[in-house]
Amino acid sequence: MARMKFLCDADRCIECNACVTACKNEHEVPWGINRRRVVTINDGKPGERSVSMACMHCTDAPCAAVCPVKCFYTTADGVVLHSKDLCIGCGYCFYACPFGAPQYPKVGNFGSRGKMDKCTFCAGGPEADSSKAEYDKYGSNRLAEGKLPLCAEMCSTKSLLAGDGDVIAQIYKERVAKRGYGSGAWGWKTAYKETIAS
Amino acid sequence: MTMLLALGRSAIAALALAVLASIAVPASAQQPTQVNPTASSVKEDQLFRQMTRIDGRISIPDAKEGVLIQPAGQSWRQFHEVTLPWIGAIAILGMLALLVIFYLTRGMVRIERGRSGRTIMRFNAFERFVHWLTATCFIVLAISGLNITFGRQILMPILGPNGFASWSQYAKYAHNYLSFPFTLGVVLILLMWIAWALPNRTDVEWLKQGGGLVGNKHPPAARFNAGQKIMFWLVVLGGAAAAISGYLLMFPFYATDVEGMQTAQMVHGIVAVIFVAVMLAHIYIGTIGMEGAFESMGTGDVDLNWAKQHHPIWVEQEMAQSRGASQGAPAE
Ligand code: HEM
Ligand code: SF4
Ligand code: SF4
Repeated sequence: MARMKFLCDADRCIECNACVTACKNEHEVPWGINRRRVVTINDGKPGERSVSMACMHCTDAPCAAVCPVKCFYTTADGVVLHSKDLCIGCGYCFYACPFGAPQYPKVGNFGSRGKMDKCTFCAGGPEADSSKAEYDKYGSNRLAEGKLPLCAEMCSTKSLLAGDGDVIAQIYKERVAKRGYGSGAWGWKTAYKETIAS
Repeated sequence: MTMLLALGRSAIAALALAVLASIAVPASAQQPTQVNPTASSVKEDQLFRQMTRIDGRISIPDAKEGVLIQPAGQSWRQFHEVTLPWIGAIAILGMLALLVIFYLTRGMVRIERGRSGRTIMRFNAFERFVHWLTATCFIVLAISGLNITFGRQILMPILGPNGFASWSQYAKYAHNYLSFPFTLGVVLILLMWIAWALPNRTDVEWLKQGGGLVGNKHPPAARFNAGQKIMFWLVVLGGAAAAISGYLLMFPFYATDVEGMQTAQMVHGIVAVIFVAVMLAHIYIGTIGMEGAFESMGTGDVDLNWAKQHHPIWVEQEMAQSRGASQGAPAE
């Protein structure tokens, strides 16, 4: 089985935010929730870089470790998913997550925090694949249809890569070798405890 | 006419291009042919050598999402998974063990001269109401809070994932809503009793002699002895710390960023488990630890001999007051 990962080649990202928009549209993500975002480092200074970031589907995921109701599970593809039926909206997964991935609708007690929502690697949730219940809670399940996440599929510069970790690491390695530079596989050390030697 | 104008325009444009080219050519000739755009680019490794987390600019309104990577989440995970459960288990089980040992060796502190049959009012209805309001809220807050810390290990195997999740949802509602009456109770306790809880010289003597529970002597005390004064301040300060850190957690990211939220959770967790341990001792003394003590918060009236034994100065003050009152009243 493939081990699914994301990789953002920051030397290609042009901060067009198309991945953010595509994600919102594909999953009909509610207002105020950002499963993916683009962060620009050293904005306006020489050497600025933009990184598109969402849930990295960590190895030994910190969110899953701290969840008081244990509502996370990792699929055979290494995708970290959760059950909104079990989530109590305590917000702890956000404190543990290195990437700011978990999102909370402003509903529930005092409008502070509803059930957590995050990137599913376009793989839905615990409900039956591609069912209406799954779509309503988690958005579409592209993986079940044999497709990869939409954000990476439509990235105009092919900066954002999604898929089998070994394959995308190889693509990145070749790019770096060919062009002679690379600012690094952002987040890989933190999420997967490995880097891509380049 | 228009033809002429257009011609003129293109002539100017051509001239401008030629001028530009003449400036640009020597300039590019001076630069190295191969530009390395990565020489100045930010690199993850390099940033992590300089700082503990990576922040940037975002184009969405959610300011907390400007943090790109915060490895500190891993140390918070360590605190949540290992440190807090250990502190909690040691504090709470340790206190229970101590109390059991204490009860077995010391037993219930008796009213030495037996009950006199006469009573004296110690806490009025309002004081007792505030006490029990705070106490009930505290017990619910403690159970629903400890459910977040230990429920996954203890209750989840019994209730199953679905049962445990719905119980935890209700527990969270209870924890959130009862925080308000609890905070009110702590504020009222502060206002109501602070006058009797300020430390003075009798406390030093009381503490030296080990009080009425540890020692066997009965050092004099006014309405509150030093032990009770310490309990008062633990409740007021612990309640304040729990409330401030708790409201930061309840209204996330209004006042602080992710680092602040992690700190708030750490403070809240540690204060809470120690608070629970301290309250176990308080409950012990108020019930099986001391004969006649529970009545003060039960009916509000305590036996006079109990009062004389534990709070002689207070009894004298009360007696003097009532004598003064009866003397002041007109004869007949
Ligand atoms: C006074 C106002 C209080 C407020 C506003 C408050 C709020 C909170 C919040 C928001 C949480 C996070 C989990 C959740 O969403 O349910 C929490 C956790 C917790 N609270 Fe409170 N709380 C308060 C008082 C207390 C008191 C008095 C205790 C102890 C008796 C307590 C014990 C706990 C514990 C043990 C946790 C779990 C800590 C952990 O394992 O992370 N809380 N509280
Ligand atoms: S990126 Fe965050 S939410 Fe996603 S698996 Fe890792 S810790 Fe969990
Ligand atoms: S917010 Fe939900 S998913 Fe996140 S830790 Fe709390 S219960 Fe688990």
